[in-house]
Amino acid sequence: MPEMAPVRADLQLRGVVKRFGAFTAVDELDLTVPEGSFFALLGPSGCGKTTTLRMVAGLEEPTAGSILLGEQDITDLKPYRRPVNTVFQSYALFPHMSVADNVAFGLKRRGRKKVDAEVSAMLDLVELGHLAGRKPAQLSGGQQQRVALARALINQPRVLLLDEPLGALDLKLRRAMQIELKRIQTEVGLTFVHVTHDQEEAMTMADTVAVMNNGRIEQLGAPEELYDLPATTFVANFLGQSNLVGATVSGMSGNDLLLDVHGSRLVAPVARAGVKDGRAWIGIRPEKVFLTLPGEPSDGDSVLTGGVVTDVSFVGVSTQYLVRMPWEQELTVFEQNHTSVRRFVPGDQVDLRWRPEHTFTLDAAQDATAGAEPEDE
Amino acid sequence: MSAAGGHLPPAEVPLDAPPPEQRRSGRTGYLLLLPGSVWLGLFFLVPAVTLVATSLYDPAGSLQTGYAMTGHVANYLDAIGDYREQIVRSLVYALLATGACVLLGYPLAYAIAFKAGRWKNLMLVAVIAPFFTSFLVRTLSWKYLLGDHQWIVDGLQTVHLLSEDGRLLNTPLAVITGLTYNFLPFTVLPLYASLEKIDHRLIEAAQDLYASPFTAFRQVTLKLSMPGLVAGTLLTFIPAAGDYINAELLGSPNTRMLGNEIEGLFAAGDYPIASALSVVLMVGIVVMVAGYVRKAGTEELL
Repeated sequence: MPEMAPVRADLQLRGVVKRFGAFTAVDELDLTVPEGSFFALLGPSGCGKTTTLRMVAGLEEPTAGSILLGEQDITDLKPYRRPVNTVFQSYALFPHMSVADNVAFGLKRRGRKKVDAEVSAMLDLVELGHLAGRKPAQLSGGQQQRVALARALINQPRVLLLDEPLGALDLKLRRAMQIELKRIQTEVGLTFVHVTHDQEEAMTMADTVAVMNNGRIEQLGAPEELYDLPATTFVANFLGQSNLVGATVSGMSGNDLLLDVHGSRLVAPVARAGVKDGRAWIGIRPEKVFLTLPGEPSDGDSVLTGGVVTDVSFVGVSTQYLVRMPWEQELTVFEQNHTSVRRFVPGDQVDLRWRPEHTFTLDAAQDATAGAEPEDE
Repeated sequence: MSAAGGHLPPAEVPLDAPPPEQRRSGRTGYLLLLPGSVWLGLFFLVPAVTLVATSLYDPAGSLQTGYAMTGHVANYLDAIGDYREQIVRSLVYALLATGACVLLGYPLAYAIAFKAGRWKNLMLVAVIAPFFTSFLVRTLSWKYLLGDHQWIVDGLQTVHLLSEDGRLLNTPLAVITGLTYNFLPFTVLPLYASLEKIDHRLIEAAQDLYASPFTAFRQVTLKLSMPGLVAGTLLTFIPAAGDYINAELLGSPNTRMLGNEIEGLFAAGDYPIASALSVVLMVGIVVMVAGYVRKAGTEELL
């Protein structure tokens, strides 16, 4: 594992706890952010992600635990002594200073006198060179966001913290800024820690995503890994969508788990199972499921029979079906709109099928609806 | 996750001409201006013109014989010549009182705005509460407090900060203390209003950008509170420079301010010199204030 490699300027959180009165915002958090990576902390409102970020910035003091940057313990270091800068959610640009003065602020505080060349180079990087003399109030939201980024980046911090920096932008601008941020990160090679509640944003931008819930990290890994094999129901629902169906493990055969799913006998890879016996949830992503007419041969697929289409929404690249199963649960299916794919209408009898290797199995003790409804953006 | 309210100024600022509907309502605007204009005309413009006119009357006249309008500009030279000491004293006392108000009022306003928490409203009430009692009564109680055998004087004498025959009442210190006390709320309230508006996240941002708490205060908090500081000091300095009650009740003949002289001259019936002195005070204050506002660079913020 890379953790065994000599410590560079990795950011490490060790057993970090933050309590506000009786409320535990961050609970025994252990985290390593490798130097130079683009790391996303993803979670719903109140999961502790912003508190974590503020502790790294020094704006909150951890109740317990320590924060290390490389080999230096920065837990008790004042915010203005940390080689860490933040892009705030509201940008927090100084309204009484010009764009150039905002960007020069950090350099000047560290006693630098001649900063003009650096400031204009940084403003060019974020494509705002022509607006250096403006006041923040005269800029659009996207421009303010880029000033905030330039103001932090110019200090070449060891770690750049981004607190939902794109939250206030409209969808189109946000997509553009996501690509822009990723480009800048690659260009400057700094460690970025990005806090967001937007799972798509986290997956598009980050090398590593940590999904947080109730002050703890539910799962950490590359976006594809998390999406492909969620470790908890929360991750399964929060990161994309999942169909979770109650099942009973009836045994094991080689590398396969044998499952009884409402009377259907299915198999799932043991390697992708969180439980090996008793009650379980089997999970399958909607786009991995195909709909067929009832009674077609299984060809080694996992098949659930007896579905009735209840809703069809056409969304261009795909068609989204809701299928009511005999046990009254509605499952979601995304079908790509190939010309060869048969189209169904509400009321059609269908079977659901998917490749068994796409199934993941989770502990039935977890709440199947956890994280299912991330707040509206 | 954190509270999203109190955002920074909106992104788009319309810089071009107002939309057409706003122009049509121009007449309503003038109608709304009317009561205020009439008031100002009757109670500011007319008296101001009368004052300037009176200051140019022949000083040889009296209330019994009436005054002749002779355009006697020499009244000003006489007024300034005779009362130079009081003019300077008024400005110095007012400046010292304003300085004391800022030293006392800024920390107070800062504490109310940032640190008071649930005590905020109570503290604001405490700042305003003295207004419920008459200005005169409060100044008279200072006269009592600073009196010769009261505990303040006794206490200061005991610790030898004041000599055995030293006193507080009827000294410049007493007058400046009275001015400071009476005008302190006028410093605190505008400062509070300015400080209270400051987004705390700006101070966090400054600290995140390597500013020590002191630098963050100087570069961000202080600068953003400048409109309140300018307004507060003006609201204190202007009335303090013209005040005569504090000098009357707490001072001595050696601490007489311009207001006392003007009052005395009017009472004695010397209207032209009294008016000339009033105009001198008014012009002096306007010039100082204009210079100050320009220097503070807060024209746009005011």
